[in-house]
Amino acid sequence: MIAALLSLTLLGLTLGFGLGFAAIRLKVEGNPLVTELEALLPGSQCGQCGFPGCAGAAQALADGSAPVTLCPPGGRPLVEALAAKLGVEADLSGMEDSGPQVAEVLEDLCIGCTKCYKVCPTDAIMGAAKQIHVVFREACTACAKCVDVCPTEATRMVALPATLQTWYWTRPEMA
Amino acid sequence: MSEYLLLLLGTALVNNVVLVKFLGLCPFMGVSKKMDSAMGMGMATTFVLTLTTAATWMLEHWLLQPLGIGYLRILAFILVIAAVVQFTEMVIRKTSPGLYQVLGIYLPLITTNCAVLGLSLLNVQEKHAFVSSLLYGFGSALGFTLVLLLFAGLRERLALAQVPAAFAGAPIGFVVAGLLSLAFMGFAGLV
Repeated sequence: MIAALLSLTLLGLTLGFGLGFAAIRLKVEGNPLVTELEALLPGSQCGQCGFPGCAGAAQALADGSAPVTLCPPGGRPLVEALAAKLGVEADLSGMEDSGPQVAEVLEDLCIGCTKCYKVCPTDAIMGAAKQIHVVFREACTACAKCVDVCPTEATRMVALPATLQTWYWTRPEMA
Repeated sequence: MSEYLLLLLGTALVNNVVLVKFLGLCPFMGVSKKMDSAMGMGMATTFVLTLTTAATWMLEHWLLQPLGIGYLRILAFILVIAAVVQFTEMVIRKTSPGLYQVLGIYLPLITTNCAVLGLSLLNVQEKHAFVSSLLYGFGSALGFTLVLLLFAGLRERLALAQVPAAFAGAPIGFVVAGLLSLAFMGFAGLV
């Protein structure tokens, strides 16, 4: 018992330290810009930009082979951040700003098919077969994947409802 | 010498890891759509299998058996295999970025390839010495690569063939895999 505990612990520690040491010694100097760009992207790997995940998109952005407007879930704030980081002029004409959005499941239409739940890259949809699904707003990145797969059009994108923290008075209308 | 040659031949063809022992079927079906990726997967698996059979042999004979804790075999083997795969990935990434690009995602996926753990366990079961267990791993990996390449070639031709709609895609792949397995039965009794 003691021998088993000790030997496995030792084995695990040795391998762990060995790998950690190897990771430092064999570190590959990647492009630091790619890492920074990847940190800006949503990280939900939704693939709407056409690249395999956010890492691929960051690589393409750093190479200059992709426009800064490539990320639909990121919206206008991300385009501005990317343009500032890369020092390029962002062409915002094609990006209408609809404000922050989240997905919503219409409970009258949901048949509990679990299709949206399976495609969600951030696990923001909770549900089971033949149960009405719900969206966790905190986890939703508005990638709109669930809207495409829903057979009954029960999922849609809605503007994030105003809370006490985000609500503000509307501007007075010009006469 | 001839004993080792027979061992290599036996593991690569007669007791083929995929078609006779039915280990590592997941990459066999998953990574056999293109010759390039099949070659990459085969190379990565060969490298890792040879290393892990050596590492698990040492673990078994220098740690598990002297301490009499053979019941921890699977656990310890998985630990070592995962570490070896991880280390291999780091080394390849450092030394040859080209190969790293080719192998890509297949390299870490080898950790979960049941052939790797299976062969290490079979090595223990058959009480191989160090060199023969190394050859056992290497030969099996060669057989794995061979079958993966054969199957990928077949599937590339299948993609162009006129297959009835009901069989198109994976089903015809399984039928072909069965036929290939039958063909490999012809090697039985060779060694």
